[in-house]
Amino acid sequence: MSAQEQNLINQACFVSGNEAVALAARDAGCRVAAAYPGTPSTEILEYISHYTDVYSEWSINEKVSLEVAIGASLAGSRALCAMKHVGMNVASDALMTQTLIGAVGGLVIVVADDVGLSSSQNEQDSRYWGRFAHLPVLEPSDAQEAYQMVREGFALSEEYQVPFIVRLTTRICHVKGLVRCYPAELAAQQGAFEKDVSRYVMVPGNAKQRLPLMLERDAKLRALAERTTLNAVQQGSDKRVGFVTSGAAYCHVKEAFPEAPVLKLGLSHPAPLDKIAEFANSVAQLVVVEEVEPLLETELRAAGGEVIGKEHLPRIGELTPSVLLPAVKPLLGETYSSPNLQSSVFPRPPTMCVACPHLGIYYCLSHVKNTIISGDIGCYTLGAGHPWNALDTCISMGASLSVAQGLDKGRTAADEKKRVLAVIGDSTFLHMGMQGLLDITYNRGNVTVLLLDNRAVGMTGGQNAPSSGLNLQGDETIRVDFRKLCEALGVRSERIREVNPYELPTLFKALREEVKVEAPSVIITNQPCVLTERYAKQPPLAVNADDCTGCGNCLDVGCPAIHVTHREQVIKPNGREKTLAFVKIDSAACTGCNLCLETCAPDAIVPLENVNRINAVEV
Amino acid sequence: MSGVFNILVVGIGGQGVMTAADIIAHAAIAEGLDVKKTEVAGMAQRGGVVTSHVRIGKQVLSPAITPGEADIMLAFEPAEALRWVSHMRPGATVMVNSYPQSPPVVSIGLFDYPEAPEQQLRDSPVNVISFDAGQMAIELGDRRLVNSIMLGAIAPHLRLNEASLKQALLGRFQSKGERLLALNDQAYQAGHSEAEVAA
Repeated sequence: MSAQEQNLINQACFVSGNEAVALAARDAGCRVAAAYPGTPSTEILEYISHYTDVYSEWSINEKVSLEVAIGASLAGSRALCAMKHVGMNVASDALMTQTLIGAVGGLVIVVADDVGLSSSQNEQDSRYWGRFAHLPVLEPSDAQEAYQMVREGFALSEEYQVPFIVRLTTRICHVKGLVRCYPAELAAQQGAFEKDVSRYVMVPGNAKQRLPLMLERDAKLRALAERTTLNAVQQGSDKRVGFVTSGAAYCHVKEAFPEAPVLKLGLSHPAPLDKIAEFANSVAQLVVVEEVEPLLETELRAAGGEVIGKEHLPRIGELTPSVLLPAVKPLLGETYSSPNLQSSVFPRPPTMCVACPHLGIYYCLSHVKNTIISGDIGCYTLGAGHPWNALDTCISMGASLSVAQGLDKGRTAADEKKRVLAVIGDSTFLHMGMQGLLDITYNRGNVTVLLLDNRAVGMTGGQNAPSSGLNLQGDETIRVDFRKLCEALGVRSERIREVNPYELPTLFKALREEVKVEAPSVIITNQPCVLTERYAKQPPLAVNADDCTGCGNCLDVGCPAIHVTHREQVIKPNGREKTLAFVKIDSAACTGCNLCLETCAPDAIVPLENVNRINAVEV
Repeated sequence: MSGVFNILVVGIGGQGVMTAADIIAHAAIAEGLDVKKTEVAGMAQRGGVVTSHVRIGKQVLSPAITPGEADIMLAFEPAEALRWVSHMRPGATVMVNSYPQSPPVVSIGLFDYPEAPEQQLRDSPVNVISFDAGQMAIELGDRRLVNSIMLGAIAPHLRLNEASLKQALLGRFQSKGERLLALNDQAYQAGHSEAEVAA
């Protein structure tokens, strides 16, 4: 072992759960890693991409990433794929059959649940997949355990010839703690790919033969769960309540009830029912603390156990000490009064970035009447908020197009005059949107599609995609040609327009014309995400206060660099009362996209250098 | 240090909340303490609310600070300080950058920015230290210096060796040239002195 390696092992590093997963993949000799970006799991592959011994890729979607990892495992290599919880919904088609084949090279599937919905469209419990697909589930409670369990997951995956699901939550992925690595294994390889049709070709006859093997495997894994040290009792002096728990909730339980006995489940599925029953006998009451759904609780009840669970604990969100204390203290005959956390401060929802190319799109969409606008997953979902209020739906990746098709076909007489639009970003379109467009053209639908190509996966931080022309490592690769792609999917060439989203008149014209046409059309925007290096900043703007008439048009752009200085109530000539809003631009934040300037009738918005010059003269 | 010391760092996306929390964490690690740091920042780059919890002590279990148990707050924006003040222990110190930043929902008139947020903070049972770190950073030549200014201001209150904190901060600029190193050192000192005066 080199001095450097020894140093690495001795020294604890302060890393997030995501980085710990990456370190574990590296040290376990993982050879292939794949993912599609998604909060809170994105950084796993970003870290792995730095390791030259691991092939890593941004896949087109989660199903593809899982299939890439499956292929690598069948080829005899250790492989990992990572995704956010909703990603598994996409990948599940592969998952549900892969379980019959099992793993050859160690296969670890990392799924990160966004418990508490910090950045997701739903909250779902990925432990269900373990039950559904007959796969074992590991649940680390912090970054150190994420490292250990991914390491063990690879080894156990090979021993039991089964993929291991590692279930993370936001509170694991994004929590930093001290992690100690241990010596790396040599890259594990199982030899050459071995032809094995009865195992790898899942036609009914073969799959039928594999079903009993899957059930036998379940039994072996259950035996493992009973004896593994991953599932261990921590003695406590106060036996009035004992807890069985897993994942981040374990840390919260220990924090809130330091004297209580705890059975911590690291390998939480299959559940070690005997071990739990034995533990239950040692305490007066058994409380199951699991985020989110009552999975273990239901299994324990079915096995005849007396447990306390979701009738006392919430089925939504994190089970932090502030949630556990008021729920569990009454079981001990004690009370707990929570502090009053009411705050009168305004909400501060996420905004689009200063100069974001989507601002122009939503400015136009908010001014076009008689529309139903179907949205998708990405930064542009923020278009549903103020000041634009220009999105009517958001469901799942790619749904904007197919839901638009349904909205159009299901439109009733009451909506006769309405036009249906779909708004989708480049990466989401490639992930799962293309199929919807083909469905529209194939079925002679009539939807106007806004394809917002900012050449990056914006919401997760500007990652590369096939629309970037760069791969995960930042190396040059093919760049998908959206015009050709849309044409190939059946959109007529004259119905595809490429527009600069900073040119409002062009945008308005394109929009107004295309919604009138009785055919599918695609308007593609062509300016980069401002978070990426492609974006070129321009000289900042400022408001010449003497010229501002308070009309407030520029506020409709929704740029966070524009602020109101003061408001005035006036009576218009028609007798109506109107509030004027006088503005300033935070020039230090402004990057000169000029969108607000286009909305300013009195030309009060000017380059900062002009304002400075005027002020200098006045002085 | 006995028990766990809870540090709440709050602000809005893009202000450097997570970086400041990271620096505090590294200072604690340098002193041989256990640390856990967590943030709710799914949309950190989008101007939303960002909070980072840093817990330091001999052994830290839960990464999240239980409401009512935060020992100190480093707030990069006054309205954000007000939003989280109910999470503080009575008598806790709240260090506030008084430079306000109102979001578009305030600009378009849907909500009002709180009136005299610092006075409202002072009505809570906490010890408030407030000064305009935003303006100070602009005067020093770069608004990103707010981070170093605020760390300098909070340094004496962290129950850590001030040298560890300064080292953790300046270590980040070691490879970025003399000018940035000197500028951040200057910002740290300026924050340190200003907070003493403001207290």
